[in-house]
Amino acid sequence: MTKTRSLRWSLPTLLLAATANATDMPLNMTKGVTEISQQVYHLHMTIFWICCAIGAVVFGIMFWSIVRHRKARGVQPAQFHESTKVEILWTAIPVIILIIMAIPATKTLIAMEDTTEADVTVLVTGSQWKWHYKYLEHDVEFYSLLATPKEQIINKFAKGENYLLEVDRPLVIPTGKKVRFLMTSDDVIHSWWVPAFAVKKDANPGFINEAWTRVDEPGTYRGQCAELCGKDHGYMPIVVIAKSPADFESWVNGEAERIAKAKAEEQELLAMNMGMDELMSVGERTYTAYCAACHQPNGEGLPGIFPALKGSSMALNDMPGHINIVLNGKAGTAMQAYAKQLSLKEIAAVITYERNAWGNNTGELVQAADVHAVLQGKGE
Amino acid sequence: MSAVVTDHDHDHEHHDHKPSGIKRWFYTTNHKDIGTMYLVFALIMFFIGGAMAMVIRAELFQPGMQFVEPNFFNQMTTVHGLIMVFGAVMPAFTGLANWMIPMMIGAPDMALPRMNNWSFWILPFAFLILLISLFMPGGGPSFGWTFYAPLSTTYSGDSTALFVFSVHIMGISSIMGAINVIVTIFNLRAPGMTWMKMPLFVWTWLITAFLLIMVMPVLAGAVTMVLTDKYFGTSFFDAAGGGDPVLFQHIFWFFGHPEVYIMILPAFGIVSSIVPTFARKPLFGYASMVYATSSIALLSFLVWAHHMFTTGMPVAGALFFMYCTMLIAVPTGVKVFNWVATMWRGAMTFEVPMMFALAFIVLFTIGGFSGLMLAITPADFQYHDTYFVVAHFHYVLVTGAVFSIIAAAYYWLPKWTGHMYDEKLGQWHFWCSLISVNLLFFPMHFVGLAGMPRRIPDYALQFADFNAFISIGGFLFGASQLIFVWLLVKCARGGEKATAQVWEGAEGLEWEVPSPAPYHTFETPPVIK
Amino acid sequence: MALKHKPLTFKLAVTALAMFGFGFALVPLYDVFCDLTGLNGKTAVTAASAEAAQIDISREIVIEFIARPNKQMPWLFEPEVRRMTVHPGEIHIMNYLAQNPTSRMIVGQAVPSVSPGQAALYFHKIECFCFTQQKLAGGKDMLMPLQFYVDPALPSQFSTITLSYTLYDVTSAWTGDSAESSQPGE
Repeated sequence: MTKTRSLRWSLPTLLLAATANATDMPLNMTKGVTEISQQVYHLHMTIFWICCAIGAVVFGIMFWSIVRHRKARGVQPAQFHESTKVEILWTAIPVIILIIMAIPATKTLIAMEDTTEADVTVLVTGSQWKWHYKYLEHDVEFYSLLATPKEQIINKFAKGENYLLEVDRPLVIPTGKKVRFLMTSDDVIHSWWVPAFAVKKDANPGFINEAWTRVDEPGTYRGQCAELCGKDHGYMPIVVIAKSPADFESWVNGEAERIAKAKAEEQELLAMNMGMDELMSVGERTYTAYCAACHQPNGEGLPGIFPALKGSSMALNDMPGHINIVLNGKAGTAMQAYAKQLSLKEIAAVITYERNAWGNNTGELVQAADVHAVLQGKGE
Repeated sequence: MSAVVTDHDHDHEHHDHKPSGIKRWFYTTNHKDIGTMYLVFALIMFFIGGAMAMVIRAELFQPGMQFVEPNFFNQMTTVHGLIMVFGAVMPAFTGLANWMIPMMIGAPDMALPRMNNWSFWILPFAFLILLISLFMPGGGPSFGWTFYAPLSTTYSGDSTALFVFSVHIMGISSIMGAINVIVTIFNLRAPGMTWMKMPLFVWTWLITAFLLIMVMPVLAGAVTMVLTDKYFGTSFFDAAGGGDPVLFQHIFWFFGHPEVYIMILPAFGIVSSIVPTFARKPLFGYASMVYATSSIALLSFLVWAHHMFTTGMPVAGALFFMYCTMLIAVPTGVKVFNWVATMWRGAMTFEVPMMFALAFIVLFTIGGFSGLMLAITPADFQYHDTYFVVAHFHYVLVTGAVFSIIAAAYYWLPKWTGHMYDEKLGQWHFWCSLISVNLLFFPMHFVGLAGMPRRIPDYALQFADFNAFISIGGFLFGASQLIFVWLLVKCARGGEKATAQVWEGAEGLEWEVPSPAPYHTFETPPVIK
Repeated sequence: MALKHKPLTFKLAVTALAMFGFGFALVPLYDVFCDLTGLNGKTAVTAASAEAAQIDISREIVIEFIARPNKQMPWLFEPEVRRMTVHPGEIHIMNYLAQNPTSRMIVGQAVPSVSPGQAALYFHKIECFCFTQQKLAGGKDMLMPLQFYVDPALPSQFSTITLSYTLYDVTSAWTGDSAESSQPGE
């Protein structure tokens, strides 16, 4: 049973030179790294072998019949067409087999439903198309975005080892502790899935769902959003790093410090003015990470779904409106409120970028203080 | 059962008052004409939906984005699903029902011929609307054929209105078709054709028709709620207004699970007709087949939430739906065992319909096994929304439903056209389809188990080999179906003259009328002994 | 249509229509079902009576409070404390701070959700800002109270209850009286 997992499939590699940069794929469900995921794996294998056994018997009889009972062999067809005894038998036997299957399935399901208190709780929020993690016991929260460069996706650069399965900021959890995930969503339904933990739970907008895991092996575990959530559903991976409790503590404290520092810097920034070049370069980076998925890298949007910024009257003429929509979003559309997602500097930069890129040459600079003013309700 | 045809059908040729040309097809109320139109329509839709599958497989041939944008990719998966379910499989079964049910029960036509005409002729408009929506700014529906809210409400494009309208028309068409089938079977059976003498194809269709009447209106309700949520400010599925997006899934799958049986029960009927013919032996366990079909239909109303295990439900709920789902394996198993028992000690020959029926039994059962695995809630957390699910439902829908439709076409083609099809070409079609369909769908099990989610336009590198392999299988399967079209054209235009019985072992009323079946059959009901 | 087909056709058509209605009936049925089983973790939308049951000091339940403005909602929205340990039966008051940083009036609606879902049945709110829409003028802030108790009948496997509020901008669906909503400056 254990060997099937590491079996390598070389035939297609030989057949298809077309796929140059392929890596090996496991042929079976992962055993994972938690007690639950191992139980799920063994359950999967048990059911699989039972199905194989039934298949072997049924198809065996069928093929025997196909070989032996053919007209070409000159056989005379029998005329029997019922047998209550046999029919009762092959109704009863499957029922017994199903009961045998249901027992371990029920046990595993109940084991999964553990509501005892957790050591760490993470609020996982899905949104189009990124994950947000918030540690409820610590002052730590951040967005986790796809880190694969666009150039790899459009085949300009060679693809890296973890193509589409890498993020800028992974979720970090301690090993050997019960980690509870609370799932929710900001827009459509997403589904948070890490195969190595056997955790897959839908993130429903407005509602919270619960799942938990206890990882014993330190390591990096990758997963993806499993529920179709719109255009870039394929581009919101999940990366979880499990660290020893001590390492986790120092990481989480470091993060809390970093976030506090960034907030303090925000205040200083209000008094500073940035130059066009700096704003444009920060702006372009921010735009690519947060805005380009919808408004497209060329600012032209997707007609009928996402409006163009290039040549839009808001980007050319209405600066307060522009700042306002980036900060607060637009209700009833996919436009999110970025006030809490991005720093003042990033927002100022991205708006500057949008007002000066792709021929939107307004020449206007937006500073962190301008954004702050709108945020405080003074800009309108 | 056997019958004495008291009336001489060859006398009818002289009063076949059918208008000529295009008018004949627009105005026809003849069940055979309408059946033909349904079947041709389904074939066209099969190729349009298939072309979309080719786009999907071309994009997935290699990692990275090559041919289409993610948004268009989502439109392709969505419309592919909608067209194959509502445009290909369901109309094909309705076409078969139109052609065969009156002939199998000794009725002169369907009970409601004018409604029959309408129920067909609104279909092309439904799909025209759906296909036109692809050309709107922003494109067509891209939220998957399951159109989960709020992706299909707040976050969808303006083509949603067209999508909703189109689904309404499809639903009305199906409901009218179903009413017609039920009334025909209830009221127009020939004297002596008692319930337990009806061919299984008639039985399975009768049960299917009841399912259609029960669940298609629920689908209509679901799309209506999507429409009002999106455009008229209701909040059935919007948490902000007191709704719940998970409610959508409950309503959808209350329709959706019976729907999958709508697409497989007539297939059971077809296979139950073909296997005895070519085994030259009566069907084993006729009565248990009828009971098994009925119990599958009843159970289908109790299992919908097995599509929703990851939405977060109490353990008691998950256990209930898991047990009910597992229970479906019992009547389904009975059917498979009965088919094998029918073959046992028969005298089999292996013409193309039999080949497809045998492939159906094996491959549908494989789809059944993966279905059983998916029923196991804890394991479903790993399988859900991966290619394992895609593999599962393509095994039951392509090698299940579609193979049975193809088998039925070969089986009754001589009756429809009066000519034998080209056996050699048919065998080519079968073997090419069989091999390529398995290249296409079998590796999907592994890709899914390895962790590839469904409905993604691009994937991690580890999945690259298998996806290239799958795509090649897909292109070959698509190409193999061109052989079928060539064979159909050839058969329609000529060929060896078919006898009335066509197949040595065939039994039933449809084989007692000449081939091709005259325009009007059984105007005087036959007497069943 | 032949006369003999009429009754059956009629019955079937009525069945189809009834099933269309049934689709809509599933909406209230679902709500009832959720109320009975705690399926989606929704709490009651009306106030519970204050006649709290006996206080069970032998048990401690941790209540976690999560408050999240939806991403299109510009308000700041936070609970006063993130977690609280309570005895079943005790009545507690918890305040949420809401602040509207924009310059326009915004109406918010908080949507509650409790996890684990079944625990929702045992979480009783005597008074809650989520029962009604909340209006807040630009630049203003306010405290929104929640008064609750945990039912002593809470099954023993539950030791932590998470109460989440998602705050939505429902300004466009404001149902307040017209005099109020037509005030100048809004």
